[in-house]
Amino acid sequence: MSEPLSFTIESFYKFVSEGKLMGAKCSKCGILLLPPKPVCTKCLSTTFRWVELKGKGKLLSYTEIHISPMQFESMAPYIVGIVELEDGPNLPGMIRDVEPEEIKVGMDLIVDFDPSLSNQWPLWPRYFFRPP
Amino acid sequence: MVRKPLVSIVSAGLSRFGRLEGMYGREIFAEAAKEAFERCPNLDPTKDIEGLFVGHMGESYEHQGHTGPTLAGWSGLLPKPAMRLESACASSGAALRTGVFAVLSGMHDVVMVGGVEKMTHRSTPEVTEFLAMASDFPFEQWHGITFPGLYALMATAHMHKFGTTEEQMAMVAVKNHHNGALNPKAHMQKEVTLEKAMSSRVIAWPLKLYDCSLITDGASCLILTRPDLAKEFTDSPVHIIGSGQASDAIGLYEREELTTLKAGKLAGQEAYKMAGVEPKDLDIAEVHDCFTIAEIIAYEDLGLCDPGKGGSLIKEGATKLNGEIPVNTSGGLKSKGHPVGATGTAQAYEIYLQLTEQAERRQVRKAEIGLTHNVGGSGATAAVHIYRRG
Repeated sequence: MSEPLSFTIESFYKFVSEGKLMGAKCSKCGILLLPPKPVCTKCLSTTFRWVELKGKGKLLSYTEIHISPMQFESMAPYIVGIVELEDGPNLPGMIRDVEPEEIKVGMDLIVDFDPSLSNQWPLWPRYFFRPP
Repeated sequence: MVRKPLVSIVSAGLSRFGRLEGMYGREIFAEAAKEAFERCPNLDPTKDIEGLFVGHMGESYEHQGHTGPTLAGWSGLLPKPAMRLESACASSGAALRTGVFAVLSGMHDVVMVGGVEKMTHRSTPEVTEFLAMASDFPFEQWHGITFPGLYALMATAHMHKFGTTEEQMAMVAVKNHHNGALNPKAHMQKEVTLEKAMSSRVIAWPLKLYDCSLITDGASCLILTRPDLAKEFTDSPVHIIGSGQASDAIGLYEREELTTLKAGKLAGQEAYKMAGVEPKDLDIAEVHDCFTIAEIIAYEDLGLCDPGKGGSLIKEGATKLNGEIPVNTSGGLKSKGHPVGATGTAQAYEIYLQLTEQAERRQVRKAEIGLTHNVGGSGATAAVHIYRRG
């Protein structure tokens, strides 16, 4: 049996590359950490297990970015938001496959995965949100 | 009951704010320091000043870190200890607080605090990228979320929850440009109409160009001493009577709420309690209007109005120069400009001018008590200070 991945951001993105949205559940106090953290911020435990999140949630807030950082210039304008996941934590990300006029606070969104890898550090893949 | 002073400001300096072409950050800081030294002839800077604490956010702009001794070297303060405090846009608010610690601890009798940033020589996409470094990299920057984007997320949430409007946000810009037009050191000394602000190009919806503060070069500084020594240097000191600072999650998404900055609220509560004053006692305030929505949220977090009522407060005109509680008489970050590392002590500079009757055309009559509210990043740091006329 292979060793479980350490509870780091790097591991979170390794799971993203496998099409999985994973959080770290503290074995002692039960809190679900997303992003995962190697030491529980609630009870200081270092024992966790990975849980796969449903990846469904409601949009808490959004914006359409027109002036972007350099590496996103070719995509602008694009929509980003913060999604309150059914599993509990909030997660920010890009929202695709939706027209600006259709987007609404409270709308249902699901997580999807973009298999393309960045050619710049840190070489992580990206998840994004879209309507179900 | 108003408490006794923590420390006293005996002088202050501010460089010109704007596009200072051909000038290096350290040279701009020297301009601010010269003003502070000249304003205080009883002070011998090289003899009396025992330490320098400076805010500076980014090495990227000028490919220059190690800012403390660099600035000491250009303002004649070598070999005094000098260090840089980095707390994003609250860097010099944190430097000010560190100066308060230094004097209160008894370690130093006189210190200089200040800040600097040189930004305008870089392209907008470069500055956008550098500023974004004050946000969470793995979950915000990595997904293309910019700094205006984070405040836009707060604005959308505020509009949804409280009915705040784009027009109310634009009113903040109109007010602050009016004030900035009266400030000879402001970056953009011109009025803007509501129509012009509303129709400016979108940066990150609902925030438009006129909802955003300016990319500016500038520096600021203050000279602090023990209250019992203040009269040796000046007849008109300004006392710092309250200091508060708090932290919150680096990522906006990890915060309990999107419509308030908890760190700003906590820093404010700490400063009010220490000063023994309440929001109604304030005569003026300089708040961190990096975006117009941030000023509206600041009204609420600092208790100038109830939560959700910030939009109404600007609409009623209460925070105008002639209102009940004038906010950002300097023009704020919006019109005076926002050289990020310099902003915290530049806010204190305005309060110093107001409380010593030196604010000329924008002077608020008989201002006795003022407040500064300096926020780092999207609110992971906030530093609040309260001042009283000496």
